[in-house]
Amino acid sequence: MFLQRGSGRGFGCGRDGWAGFGVAGGAGMWALLIRDLRLAVRAGGGFGLGLAFFLLVAVLVPLGVGPEGDVLGRIAPGILWVGALLACLLSLDRIFALDFEDGSLDLLATAPIPLEGVVAVKALAHWLVTGVPLTLAAPVLGVLLNLPAAGYGWLVLSLALGTPALSVIGAFGAALVVGVKRGGLLLSLLVLPLYVPTLIFGAEAVSRGVAGQAAEVPLLLMTGITLGAAALLPFAAAAAIRINLR
Amino acid sequence: MSIWEYANPKKFMASTGWLLPWVWGMAGLCLLVGLIWGYFFTPDDFRQGSTVKIIYLHVPSAMMAINAWVMMLVASLIWLIRRHHVSALAAKAAAPVGLTFTVIALVTGALWGQPMWGTWWAWDPRLTSFLILTLFYLGYIALWQAVENPDTAADLTAVLCLVGSVFALLSRYAVLFWNQGLHQGASLSLDKEENVADVFWFPLLVCIAGFVLLFVALVLMRTRTEIRARRLQALIARERLA
Repeated sequence: MFLQRGSGRGFGCGRDGWAGFGVAGGAGMWALLIRDLRLAVRAGGGFGLGLAFFLLVAVLVPLGVGPEGDVLGRIAPGILWVGALLACLLSLDRIFALDFEDGSLDLLATAPIPLEGVVAVKALAHWLVTGVPLTLAAPVLGVLLNLPAAGYGWLVLSLALGTPALSVIGAFGAALVVGVKRGGLLLSLLVLPLYVPTLIFGAEAVSRGVAGQAAEVPLLLMTGITLGAAALLPFAAAAAIRINLR
Repeated sequence: MSIWEYANPKKFMASTGWLLPWVWGMAGLCLLVGLIWGYFFTPDDFRQGSTVKIIYLHVPSAMMAINAWVMMLVASLIWLIRRHHVSALAAKAAAPVGLTFTVIALVTGALWGQPMWGTWWAWDPRLTSFLILTLFYLGYIALWQAVENPDTAADLTAVLCLVGSVFALLSRYAVLFWNQGLHQGASLSLDKEENVADVFWFPLLVCIAGFVLLFVALVLMRTRTEIRARRLQALIARERLA
């Protein structure tokens, strides 16, 4: 039976067998990634929204705090990191909710790609449409917030290395609440505590960079969190999706 | 005869029904003795005055706030691995108790901090990690509330508890890295020379025992309530079918 499936249909394995997972699975992942990117860019959505939110945060904070340059410069690393984190949070429920509603998540769960791979690809797509633009926009907003010159490199570097963790952790949270109607607020309650270590190390790296201290240590610790989350959380998220689809 | 027999709800109800009054009694006795001893029969600290006596509430509730989460973690693992419903219900029952202990620890800490540190709140590592722990408890409870199917809710919260434990630990060390604080170090360790003086230590031990027993009693009682609620739901469902 297994042999027949493996050789006859060419698609290799079912959900449980990784034996035939190879060319077909890789192509499936590419197809899924491109589909998600297209949906994000074309079908009204998350792509520009997070970026606009990030810009709004950077504009509103000086209006609330006051225009003194040295105060703004001191809080800029934290504000930029918190802003990026909230902008990331904004689009999380799109990762699985829409696919769950129209039934494509069921298809993805029974597709030849392992569900863990689906989660990883969807987190990657989320990062490409939120994390990367946020990272690229951050230096511009740093100018608005009077970030000292020494901080720009660390800001871009820490966001580039830290935002993948935000996407993966967020994908896990989104997988937990995928079956809950109007789960948006619940999602932020679940995900924000999980963001704490990434936020602390990321903002600390920029602050230390600004102050001229060694910023490598928090940066490395944060990168460790990113790598660990990327390696392990897709399994937890896939488990959550299986539970929700039962 | 193995411990897993108590995972049978019927057996669990019978044995805890017998055990619960004793646990309540012991908890009440320990708390009464410990708190009265601590509040009225220990000397004032020579620098902190009588404010030191808040440790009889603060320390045990802080310990139980963490231990409750560990208990939820173990119960979640048992549920995920062995699928015993009582275990999932015990984890559900422990969460609000743990949250209450966390809040007690934060509030008593603030009451003590105001005269001693001159502030209700400081972004000290221990205080901050407890605040984060509160958020984890809130998220866990909210997820239980939000998911309708009880088995799905049990599974999802168990996964959240596992992942949350890792991140709670990470947050603890991240916060330590972020700010070195005002809070004194551990003074109840078994392996250290300098600990709390014996006059404070013995009533504190009794209070800790009281809080542990109180936690056990509350969790057992709430688990029994959950089991009864399940039975009621099953009865109602059967009535509808008939």
